[in-house]
Amino acid sequence: MIRGEIMHIPDGYLGPYTYIALWIIMIPIWYYAGRKLSTELRSRQVPLLALAAAFSFVIMMFNVPIPGGSTGHAVGAAIIGIVLGPWAAVIAISVALVLQALMFGDGGITAIAANCFNMAVVMPFVAYYVYKLISAGTEVASSRRVIAAAIAGYISLVIASAFTGFEFGIQPILHHTAEGVPLYMPYPLSVTVPAMVLEHAFGFGILEALITALIFAYIQRTDTTLLYGEKSATQKMKKKNTSTA
Amino acid sequence: MDKIIKNFAIGLVALIILAPLGLLAVGETFGEWGPEEVKEKLGFVPPGLEQLSSLWNAPMPDYALPGQGESMSVAAMSYILSAVIGVIICGGLLYFVGKKVAKD
Repeated sequence: MIRGEIMHIPDGYLGPYTYIALWIIMIPIWYYAGRKLSTELRSRQVPLLALAAAFSFVIMMFNVPIPGGSTGHAVGAAIIGIVLGPWAAVIAISVALVLQALMFGDGGITAIAANCFNMAVVMPFVAYYVYKLISAGTEVASSRRVIAAAIAGYISLVIASAFTGFEFGIQPILHHTAEGVPLYMPYPLSVTVPAMVLEHAFGFGILEALITALIFAYIQRTDTTLLYGEKSATQKMKKKNTSTA
Repeated sequence: MDKIIKNFAIGLVALIILAPLGLLAVGETFGEWGPEEVKEKLGFVPPGLEQLSSLWNAPMPDYALPGQGESMSVAAMSYILSAVIGVIICGGLLYFVGKKVAKD
């Protein structure tokens, strides 16, 4: 049967301690991100926000094989975090992940919070701060920022995969029968973390880096005022006017 | 509409059309095996995994129309349809909500 592979943590891999803990972590994050979005969103960014969620949904459907017989995908979370800011990215990517779980069975229902934590929180925040760190002190049009975006894409996906590997790997410790038979993910940390990290470090991380750099370079050459944290020309003028007034 | 938004939208349409390329990648993804694959690997299915794995029946599991044949063209069309549904719902929802809350 030719079918799309299931791409995110499915139901049954994380036991209740882990998935409930991640729901408890995610609910205030979603609440805060929603509040922040509703106070800070400019109407000019709305089409971009809608496109970001749609882009993330589609890019995650692009399964790519890597040497070793495994498949996986980029997330698009790094570029969304850099362009729209990490809090808006939380909302955009969460919407895509929730729809994938409910409608397409891609990622479990119990694991929605876990998948959102890894891909919609860890990724955009790591990407945004790596980008900020590397591009500090540079002009918005500098080529160092393209490199910064690429590195941010790479590191953020690898770190998100390490979180996923960690969540998998603690299952045999948390949940097993009296005889030691694992109830959920059966492999220990020593297997899950290297498996997740190596795949992403040598495969999908490179793809995420390319996508992030490509889209960033395009925005840089067309309209840098779209970037989160970059003031538009009119805003700059307004500020000047108020300071001189 | 901004030219940049228009170009992004064009890029997105191209991605949707190309989405079935994602079907060509065969292989397994670590930690995303079905219960049968776990049984093959370990000789048993962890009981909690088996119980939870059937918790939810998605309307279009694995981006395919249930009960359809196994041909590549059907799979490719369902994959494109899934991408279109995803784009319309995700994009539509955020556009609508975004317009309601956005400030100028």
